[in-house]
Amino acid sequence: MHQLLTWVVEPGFFTSEPVRAAVVTGSAVAVVSAVAGIFTVIRGQSFAGHAFGDIAAAGGSGALLLGLSPLTGFIGLGIIGAGAMDLIGVQRVRGRDLATGIVLGAAIGLTALFLYLDTTASATTGAAQQVLFGSIFTTATTTLPVVVTCSVLVAAVIAVIWRPLLLATVSPDIAAARGVPVRLVGMAYMLALATAVGLSSLTIGAILSTALLIGPAATALRLTRRMGWALAAACLIGVAAIWAGILLAYDSYYWGNTHQGLPVSFFIVAVIFAAYLLTGLAGRRPARPHGTAVPSAGDAIRDQVAA
Amino acid sequence: MARQVPVHAPATDVIDVAGVSVSLSGRQVLDDVSFAVGAGEFTGLIGPNGAGKTTLLRVILGLQRPAAGTVALAGQPRSRRGPPVGYVPQKILLDPDLPMRARDLVALGADGHRFGIPVPSRARREAVAEMLHAVGAERFADARAGLLSGGEQQRILIAQALISRPKLLLLDEPLANLDIRSGQEIVTLLARIAREQQVAVLLTAHEINPLLPVMDRVVYLAAGRAASGPASEVITGEVLSRLYGYHVDVLNVHGRVLVVAAPGGAADPTLTASDVAGAG
Repeated sequence: MHQLLTWVVEPGFFTSEPVRAAVVTGSAVAVVSAVAGIFTVIRGQSFAGHAFGDIAAAGGSGALLLGLSPLTGFIGLGIIGAGAMDLIGVQRVRGRDLATGIVLGAAIGLTALFLYLDTTASATTGAAQQVLFGSIFTTATTTLPVVVTCSVLVAAVIAVIWRPLLLATVSPDIAAARGVPVRLVGMAYMLALATAVGLSSLTIGAILSTALLIGPAATALRLTRRMGWALAAACLIGVAAIWAGILLAYDSYYWGNTHQGLPVSFFIVAVIFAAYLLTGLAGRRPARPHGTAVPSAGDAIRDQVAA
Repeated sequence: MARQVPVHAPATDVIDVAGVSVSLSGRQVLDDVSFAVGAGEFTGLIGPNGAGKTTLLRVILGLQRPAAGTVALAGQPRSRRGPPVGYVPQKILLDPDLPMRARDLVALGADGHRFGIPVPSRARREAVAEMLHAVGAERFADARAGLLSGGEQQRILIAQALISRPKLLLLDEPLANLDIRSGQEIVTLLARIAREQQVAVLLTAHEINPLLPVMDRVVYLAAGRAASGPASEVITGEVLSRLYGYHVDVLNVHGRVLVVAAPGGAADPTLTASDVAGAG
């Protein structure tokens, strides 16, 4: 038994302080990404979610240049970006992709500049790696309190706007007719999304934050036809991916003879992608003939399992 | 032509539209439109594409401010704090990925405007079940809403609009995406709801014939102007010619109505016979 455990988990895993901090931080980030991600997917705003990743990259590299913590830049510029997208017209469906694309392009340009200056002028070593691909093992211990606080805040905001946001997702017209401040609710959601992406940029990197945002949510939506269960499933998948990713990255140091740990972000994203593929194979919904509205047996079984 | 069920004379009309005019980017869309609908009345808002039907619904919903005129609901000026108005917008197609059963969508109609996460309760479940029964949607209540057919989704959206117990139910082109049979079923359902629940039903359509057997009143909209009353009084060559601003004929063929523009009679060259409502 002990041998099996040391084979799966290499020595020192449970006693390592950075690992413990990474697990807590990563879990908080996974939950918050899943909560924001469910709405991102059903609102069809995956592109905006990805844009926040690029904005976070610009923010993180800019913050390093100013000697600030990358997290400040990840979240700070994300919030400014959300405002900019709203101003250009992200709320109108037609204007949405355009506004997102323009802001995204500007952000990548800034990232290029800031990373160049980071590595040449201020000689911040590893800036590109840290900003683009995350730094969960190196920074988790110090940023743990602020990450957990921000995660709770984001989850609270989405809980408050849950019903109006859902109604506005189904139909902005119905929501407006019921007196929902549709634009305000949409804006609050965008700010929550920007913060969630900022947090996940710190963990697995700005470039890969989209994977943690969209992957678990999209996988969960394949498994259930109820909002609450989709949310629970997305959180579970996200947290499991983080744990598995951290474990594999830790173990990878002992693989072969090179003693070179592989990046944790790669493993997290690989697990998420594998989960998405697996549910796609297992849960392919049988095509239903038009007009016969009977819940599929698969749906019913899955829902019972989820309950 | 109007349904032969006596309508209880209401103390006040459920909705009273008086002298409403709207201009959108310089174009006058509605010009001095007035009509009223009483409790339990089924009213068709008929007109060709671009006549201003959707704009008029948006004014009634309070989503569009009129340049002139007033809208009163149950005798009170329209306001956000006023009584709820049930609304089914046009061309809603639910996303197949939306993780909601039909009954979840109906429940959202009861409390979707409130903040916070939903709290399940017996009262909430029972209200949803009652609405699903009222629209004949129990059979597919547990199916994923986005996978239902157009007619089934329409029923769910009607149940969602009714669950807040509105005195007025507005539907924008509810028949547009439906085949003839589903359309007839929806019309029959709405007429029954109007009668049984004493809800004033106002729906827009560009085709009048499916509504003729059940309509208590028609509001005919053309070129931004409106005429209202029983269909037998409104759908006449004289009234419609005045609205369109050129000569149109109304033909009665086996109980179906055809509205036909005289050749070359269109004062507005952009309007042709095929644009005239009811000609289909």
